[in-house]
Parts: sequence; structure tokens; C-alpha cells
Amino acid sequence: MLFSTQDLKYAHPGQPQLSFSDISLEKGGSLLVLGKSGSGKTTLLNLLGGLLLPQSGSVILGGVDLTKLSGGELDLFRGKNIGIVFQKPHLLAPLSVKENLVAAQYFAKEKGQNVQGLLDELGIGAKANSSVKTLSEGEAQRVSIARALVNKPQLILADEPTSSLDDENTEKVINLLKNQAEKIGAALIIVTHDQRVKDHISNFIEVKAS
Amino acid sequence: MNIFKLSWKYLTFKPLSTGLNVMLLALGLAIITVLLLIQDQFEKKMNQDAEGIDLVVGAKGSPLQLILSSVYHIDFPTGNIPMEEAIRVSRSRLIKNVIPLALGDNYKGYRIVGTNPDYLSLYGVGFAQGEAWKEPFDVVLGAEVAKKTGLKTGDSFEGSHGISEGSHDHDEHGFKVKGVLEPKGNVVDRLVLTSIESVWYTHDEVDSTASEAAHDLLHQPVSQTGFPQTDQEREVTSLLVQYRNPMAAIQLPRMINSGTSMQAASPSFEMSRLFELLGVGVSLLQGLAFVLIGISGLGIFIALYNSLKERKYDLAILRAIGASRIQLVFLIFLEGLMLTFLGALVGILLGHTFLSVIVSQNEQGVVGTLNPWVFLKAELWIVIYALVVGIIASLIPAWSAYQTSIAKQLTKA
Repeated sequence: MLFSTQDLKYAHPGQPQLSFSDISLEKGGSLLVLGKSGSGKTTLLNLLGGLLLPQSGSVILGGVDLTKLSGGELDLFRGKNIGIVFQKPHLLAPLSVKENLVAAQYFAKEKGQNVQGLLDELGIGAKANSSVKTLSEGEAQRVSIARALVNKPQLILADEPTSSLDDENTEKVINLLKNQAEKIGAALIIVTHDQRVKDHISNFIEVKAS
Repeated sequence: MNIFKLSWKYLTFKPLSTGLNVMLLALGLAIITVLLLIQDQFEKKMNQDAEGIDLVVGAKGSPLQLILSSVYHIDFPTGNIPMEEAIRVSRSRLIKNVIPLALGDNYKGYRIVGTNPDYLSLYGVGFAQGEAWKEPFDVVLGAEVAKKTGLKTGDSFEGSHGISEGSHDHDEHGFKVKGVLEPKGNVVDRLVLTSIESVWYTHDEVDSTASEAAHDLLHQPVSQTGFPQTDQEREVTSLLVQYRNPMAAIQLPRMINSGTSMQAASPSFEMSRLFELLGVGVSLLQGLAFVLIGISGLGIFIALYNSLKERKYDLAILRAIGASRIQLVFLIFLEGLMLTFLGALVGILLGHTFLSVIVSQNEQGVVGTLNPWVFLKAELWIVIYALVVGIIASLIPAWSAYQTSIAKQLTKA
């Protein structure tokens, strides 16, 4: 088992406690986390990515329990092993496309894959030295996917990656994520309320506010 | 890619705001640099020029003026003193050595100083070419005078009356250049040196030099030490005195000031009084510099703080891709430090450039002899001072970067 969670519970201050069903994924496996807005999908994603610490329960990736790691260790572990694709691209504006990826390698202390090759593969190789401000929304999204992949993580988390895309691009992005995850042997978890994604990934759990 | 490069990218991402802060800081530091340089070199130069001179005796008037005119050759002399009285005073057992000076003429703004060759040994200055004056109207040029006027050994020229340029010329008798001194970096560089006799004869009425006897005088050798030999009633401008013992410092000035028609002034006392007066202006400028530095520190703080608000996402992203809290704190501090380091370098450079402009505007004055491209140890303190400003300005922004919650920043959009 590459990735699993047990009895995750989290409560935002002043709100009822959320409990999440257990997840388990093999290498190359994929999972959709579905749910309405405000149901706690994003909270689950934050817990899975080690961005939030649960009140109880454990998150185990490749045999390491994220909830047991200290601050700096967790940051480094996240950088090395978890690639996160956010709802918005959130690229670092002063840096070029390539530098955004190199920065991810630097902080994770990885010399992973060939940055230019990865960009070529995602169809943005020509933009490698451009400022990120000149990118279209679709290009920026692909750069943020490339950034999530650059350190060959064991787990790829995607938060609503298709919410602002049309049908055609949605399909492209989902296929891209799936193919890349399979290629590097990573587990893929996509958090979304987008029903279109269900056509591509059948395995899903639903988060309900209880 | 590393944190240095990342900080640099963020700094250059906003060139105007970064540039403004660097310039503000640099301006404050430039003022401090100029003050440091002037203070250091001015005091050094002043002390160097007055070395070996314990007391100056001259006509009554302002003691500061007497020092400025006889030691530094920048102010007008207070008048002349009868040589007879001067000789009487110099016989005192408290005095080890006396160098008489006769002032009053210039050549193209460079002062002609009548004295004896002891004056050269007082400053330990040697010859670049030629030798000391032997006869009346022989002169020796300071290094700078020779360089600026282009005169060399064997040339002759005519002096002008008065100590500033443009007075009427003494066209009766020309001076002959017998030697040029080596550059020494002190007051001697800017002087034309000759015998006291030359200064007297220049000012004598024409008919007295026309007589046979007087003409012979012009080819008599001049005195090489002490006072010149003469049977006439003559005057000198001032005496540079060296004490024989510490007792002299107490007794001699009082004796001269109350017992003769002359006055005695101590260079070290008068100069420290002058620096005290100048000190008010210097501290005013210093205050202004510190205000500028304070404002620039505040500017850097505000710039970092504002950009931090815009950059909370960026910081959260950095955390998401593996940066630790400490690395983010380091990133912010580094930005503040780079900014202020840059400010310090620009400031120091600007300070030296300011001074070189001032120097080039003032070629003949005392300021003109300052060297604007000497670097002092104190300038290292300027860099350290600037870096401290950078650290203080980055404290709060760095703390708020440390506190940034990734989850909140990234998922609230």
C-alpha cells in the first residue's frame, strides 16, 4: 500500500468536527474526492498534503506518517514526495517558467527530472524562458502541473484543477494528470465537484458535512 | 536557483520601489561618508602642517588669524613685527629654535614665503631638483606650484603684491627658480619659498635699490639660519617657535602677550577651538544624515511589509513546494540585507564622488589638497550600520512570513 489514511478528524475553530472516510491507494492508482462546496473537500486535501495537521488519525505515504513529522521535516517531505496542483496556478511572478520549476527542485533538494523535457512533454517547452506573466490561463495551469511533477512525487494532489476549463481542456488536463501519475508511479487524488471528471476516473469517495 | 537568487529576483521585480529605497539610504550614508573623510583628512592635514610648531609669534590681532596665516597660509597676516623686538624675544632660554617668516606677496595665487632653509627641515622636505636659495630673489617652488605653473629650475617670474591673485605686479626685480621641492602632501606643496631678504628688497623703494651699495646687497649671500643680518630697521611677519622644555608652554605665551607689542598663539589650541566651532555644523549635517537613514529604514520596512501582503500566496506556495518556515524568514531578511548592502555600497561611492567634485571645485584652497579616493576603516562601519538598518526593517515582515499559514492562504481563494 503506497498511500493510506486512518480515522482522519479535523475541526475548524468554532465549527463541528469533520471526520473523513479512510483512503487507500496503490502505486499508479487514482481517486476522486467529490462533494459539495463547504463539505470539507479542501480541508481533506490540506490534511492529505500535510498543509494542515489532523486532530486525530494518520496519513501514511510510502511508509511515513506525515502527522508524526516535525515542521521542517514535513516541509521537506512534502517538497520531495507530494506534488500539489492548486485551483489557481499560483506561479511565482518574478521567476520565469523554468525558474518556477527549478525553485521547486531547489527547496525539495532534488535534482529530479530534466526540466526542459518535462515542459516539452506538457507542450509548453517553447515558453521555458518566458515570464509567467505572459502565459495564458491554460498554459499557467500546465506550468503548475509541471511544477507538481518535477520532483517525481509519490502522491499528486489536485484541487479543482478543471473548475475554470471547458470540456476539451478538462479532458486534456485529466488525461495529462493520469498519464503522468502512471508514468512516474504516483498515486493521484483529485478533489473536485466537477461531474465531468467522473467519466475519466471511476474510483471515488464522497465527503459530506456530517 | 537558491535563496540568494530568489531574493534578488523579488528585489528586481519592483525596480522603482527598490531603487527609491536604495537611493534614500545611499544619500544618508553618502553624507556620513563625506563627513568622515573630511574630518579624518582635514584633522590629519591640520595636525601634520602644525607639527613641530609649538607657538607662533606675530602682530597683535586675532590669534586664530595668526595661526591660519602663518602655519596654514590661508588667512591674511595680522601685520608685521619689528625684527629687533623679535630677535630680543627669541633669545629667551625657553626657546629652542625660531624660524622667522616674511609674508606679503604671491605668484598666481601661490604665496611667496620669505624664510630660511630651516623651514624646509621643519617639514622634512627634500628637493626634486635644484637646491635651496643662496642669494636674494632665489626661490624654491613647492611641488604643486611647480606642477600647476609649469615653472622649473632656471626659469624666472615676477611676484604680485598681496597674498591673493591679481594685485599689482612687482616688475622691478624677477625671482629666479633655484629648485623644486618633492611632493609632501602638506602645506609646503602650495608655497613659493625664498629668503626674507628677497621679500624686503621687493618692497623697498626703487631708488634705494638703484644705488650702488644697494645693488651690491642683491648679490650678498642670504642668511641660512636665524634672522638675516642687517643694519637697517626691518620687519618680519611672524616667528615659528619651538619650545626648549614644557615650562615654556606656561611662561612664554604670557611673557610675550603682556611684555611686548606682539602676541603669541598656540596652533593646537587655536585649531581645537576652530574645530569646536565647525563641530556645530558637522553635527547638524550628521543629524540630517541620520534622519535620512531613519526614513529609508522605514521605507524599506514599508516596502517589505507591503510586498509581503501581496506575496502571502507566493510564500505559501514556497512552503507547499518544500521550503521551511526558516527558509522563508531567511528569504525576507536577505531581501532587507541585500537592499541595505546595495544602499551602503552606492552611498559610499556617492560620498567619495561628492568629495571629488568638491575637491575639483576648490583646487587652490585647503580642501583642494584632500584626497577623495582614500578609503577609511570607518566606512566598514557604515556598511555594518546599513545592514543593521536592514535587519531591523525586516524583523516584522519576517515574523509575519514565519506565521503564514499555507492552508489558509492557498485555499481561501
